[in-house]
Amino acid sequence: MPPGLPASDLAHLLPEIVLTIGALAMLVTDVLAPARRALLTGVALAVLMATLGAVVRDLHAEASIAGGLLAVDGFATFFKVIFLVVALLTVLMSHRYLAVERVSAGEYHFLILCATLGMMVMAAATDLISAFIGLETMAVSFYILTGYIKPNPRSNEAAVKYFLLGAFSLAIMLYGMSLLYGVSGTTHLLAMAPVFAGQAHDPRLLLAVVLIVAGLGFKIAAAPFHMWAPDVYEGAPTPITAFLSVGSKAASFAMLLRIFGQGLPALVTDWALLFEVLAIVTMTVGNVAAMTQSNIKRMLAYSSIAHAGYVLIGVVAGTTRGVSAALFYLAAYALMQLGAFAVVILLRRADAIGDELKDLSGLSGRQPLAAFAMLLFLLSLGGTPPTAGFMGKFRLFAAAIDSGHVALAVIGVLNSVLSLYYYLRIVMFMYQRGEVVGAEPRFTPLLASVVAVAAVGTLVLGVYPTVLIDAADASARALGAGATVAGPR
Amino acid sequence: MTMSHYLSLLLFLPLAGALLVLCVPARNVNAVKWLANGVSLAGFLLATPLWFWYNPKSPDFQFIERARWIPSIGAEYFLGVDGISTLLVLLTTLMGFIAILSSWSAITERVKEYYFTLLVLQTGMLGAFMSLDFLLFFLFWEVMLVPMYFLIGIWGSSNRLYSAIKFFLYTLAGSVVMLLGILALYFHNHSVTGIYTFDIVQLQRLSIPFDLQWWIFLAFFFGFAIKVPMFPFHTWLPDAHTDAPTAGSVILAAVLLKMGTYGFLRFSLPILPEATRHFVPFIAALCIVGIIYGALVALAQRDWKRLVAYSSVSHMAMVMLGMFALNPVGIAGSVIQQINHGISTGALFLLVGVVYERRHTREIAEYGGLSRVMPGFAAVFLVMTMSSIGLPTLNGFIGEFLILQGVFTQSWVWAGVAASGIVLGAAYMLSLYQRTMFGAVANEKNQSLPDLSVREWATFVPLIGLAVWIGLYPAPFLERINLSVLKVAARVNPAYAADFAAACDTTVTPELRAASAGNQFLAAAPCGPDGQPLTTGSPVISTTAGAPR
Repeated sequence: MPPGLPASDLAHLLPEIVLTIGALAMLVTDVLAPARRALLTGVALAVLMATLGAVVRDLHAEASIAGGLLAVDGFATFFKVIFLVVALLTVLMSHRYLAVERVSAGEYHFLILCATLGMMVMAAATDLISAFIGLETMAVSFYILTGYIKPNPRSNEAAVKYFLLGAFSLAIMLYGMSLLYGVSGTTHLLAMAPVFAGQAHDPRLLLAVVLIVAGLGFKIAAAPFHMWAPDVYEGAPTPITAFLSVGSKAASFAMLLRIFGQGLPALVTDWALLFEVLAIVTMTVGNVAAMTQSNIKRMLAYSSIAHAGYVLIGVVAGTTRGVSAALFYLAAYALMQLGAFAVVILLRRADAIGDELKDLSGLSGRQPLAAFAMLLFLLSLGGTPPTAGFMGKFRLFAAAIDSGHVALAVIGVLNSVLSLYYYLRIVMFMYQRGEVVGAEPRFTPLLASVVAVAAVGTLVLGVYPTVLIDAADASARALGAGATVAGPR
Repeated sequence: MTMSHYLSLLLFLPLAGALLVLCVPARNVNAVKWLANGVSLAGFLLATPLWFWYNPKSPDFQFIERARWIPSIGAEYFLGVDGISTLLVLLTTLMGFIAILSSWSAITERVKEYYFTLLVLQTGMLGAFMSLDFLLFFLFWEVMLVPMYFLIGIWGSSNRLYSAIKFFLYTLAGSVVMLLGILALYFHNHSVTGIYTFDIVQLQRLSIPFDLQWWIFLAFFFGFAIKVPMFPFHTWLPDAHTDAPTAGSVILAAVLLKMGTYGFLRFSLPILPEATRHFVPFIAALCIVGIIYGALVALAQRDWKRLVAYSSVSHMAMVMLGMFALNPVGIAGSVIQQINHGISTGALFLLVGVVYERRHTREIAEYGGLSRVMPGFAAVFLVMTMSSIGLPTLNGFIGEFLILQGVFTQSWVWAGVAASGIVLGAAYMLSLYQRTMFGAVANEKNQSLPDLSVREWATFVPLIGLAVWIGLYPAPFLERINLSVLKVAARVNPAYAADFAAACDTTVTPELRAASAGNQFLAAAPCGPDGQPLTTGSPVISTTAGAPR
């Protein structure tokens, strides 16, 4: 590795640098003005916007930087934009929530920024070391954020569970990575790919694949590594649940696609089969378990497990079309899932937790717009047109059929029917029940803006998805091109 | 308004109306009602020129509109109508208006949302009939589910939650399987032509290997058969109908069920001709069971609305049987009978709605002797009963006659069983009529029921008019569907290819066609298989019912 970073690398690193400095500034602001909640939210938003600006400035860059540790390409950029938008929306929906929960805002936002930084590194990492560092940065931030509401025992329990299981799964993954290093003699993904050529079914590599799949399976909450998700999602502060279920999942998928797409293409027959089984089990377990839930956060947790299963369909397909479909789905999923959580946050008032199904009773009468937006999110999660979720599922199933995985597609569509059963249960509570629980939920401008952005996005991506499809196609191609053309410097 | 956007205008007018309805304050109930009625009437009036402007001499899709939609996957915003969809579009706009008009006093809760839902549904239905892009079609097809779910689930009767979710999931399960069939077709088209497209006109030109056709047919079958609904996939229908509000039942019976038969006619038959022929015995068997079973179950009903719902199962099985005779007469009869079923069953549900609004019960036993207190109602009910039974001079006769004629040439056994279904139909309808209309007014509560109001008359008059018109002079209807039906028949059974070629009109010269294409009125596809304007010939289906062929 070269001793220093060339200036051109620094320019490509600008988003990460901005975000890091911004996060530190956040801490300083917290020390100087700990009670100024609006200021702290403002700083967080400004930092994220500046980072987004830095990413957009470097939109079409193609480079391998920091001695091959990170790549700046369409794939990384696509995910960075998702992470930053998700983080922005999370900060926006946290503002009143923090006030209601009476917890300090400074460290909270600092940790959100750190988690975002970790995700960005994960999406850009072309080396096992940098990927792992990114993952750890994100994971540690989330461990703390999950337990952020100290007086709440559910929050504490969730944090401890998440930390213990998370550390365990990371260790397993690390062991898998060390095997890869042992066989190939390198930690660089693009450098190890040619070493493994022709070594499919090598037992050492199979073990490595299984261990890494287990570790990442934990992070994307794929069954059977999903046990933590419902408890953590239910216990964590709701904006963090949203952030975790969207950001952490998307980042882990980015890392998964990098490792398996760029590092282990030679073993595709092995891991594709593994992911196929995982996809089927994950979709089915998630949906079946969600059907019996009465807590919305738990229901959305199980449904997010199922969604990881859908995205895995794109990974299994393994083609550019499949990867592109997975990327599109992750973006669509981010919008609809965040939107749904924003509505749940709306229901959190001083006198009501607002995360039980019955709390949604009669929402259509009290907050017609919120109910309508929630309807849109739920239909989208269920995959009915004209929403983003439909286009996403459509592209995933198309990729599956195109690559010959017809059975997987059939199981996928049947699962989406199953999922609508419980999404419609929520709709039923909002529209068909009259009784009102608790005080009137009120929108703040920030929360309303989150719901509006998510709702408009969900609808627009469902009716006119062209722009995002093209972006996803381009970044999927970037991943493929990285695997075959580029190499470590 | 430019003519080239005629269909778009027709399609999005109800949606625009729905958004307008949202802008009216909820407490201003009358304004909402007037607006919704106005929009749906305007929709119908706007659609009537379609009847005159549609050129029955051309076998091509007309009023074509085409624009890029999702270029990266080859999906287009592609609209157009042929004779079959022209009639269905007209039926949809008419029934949409009647359904809205019939709700004036029946709906008192969440009025604004109600009309919003109905208008959105209207756009969904029109879009499905107009789409010539398979993905666009699927989009509209699925969009219909949500408003219908709400219509049943919010404004329905006692068991509405169960019925609504059953309707939704049942239909959805069929359509997602259909989606996989669409995708298989899409990728096959790409592997043959190298082009990614959902263009239905293009897909209808493919010759697909039989094995693949077999699978795609099965996938489509699930989607469409559940919608029709064919026995044994019909179990959602009685629940949905019974619990839906009147307007919901009317739309469901008159238009939504036609989506299924339309799907078979537009997609399964022309795209998958070999598989269609292969599946004829299977489908025919289901139809025959459906005809008899639906009728027998209807005979046993005590609930007025449920009886009409089961009669739908029987009638729609008849429509399917006519279609799967796979000859022009049977298919034409099937199309006409779709319209007829829309008219007569739509009217029958309206009639149930009228008495339900007065008495809030659908128990047949609660009624009796209504002809004494509601003579106008009894008269309308009589006409519609006769139309449903298939009495000559009314529309039902024409459709059933053509269907039986077409089926008979395939198999006299099927025709015989189907005919016995008509007899059973007469039995349950006449028995219903007798039990509700004749005899003494046994129930005190029925003594002072008011007869039809002017508004209620207004919902029935157009339907009676249409029933008589089709019954006495169906020629204009048959003329409009003639070439489109022949085209389907020729595609699914090459024996009719010569007939289709002969039927194509010579007056449409290539020059005229080119000029018309510039106006985007006629799709510029050649008429005959070899692209030649073809020699004379009278339409194969003559304009009087039942010219032998």
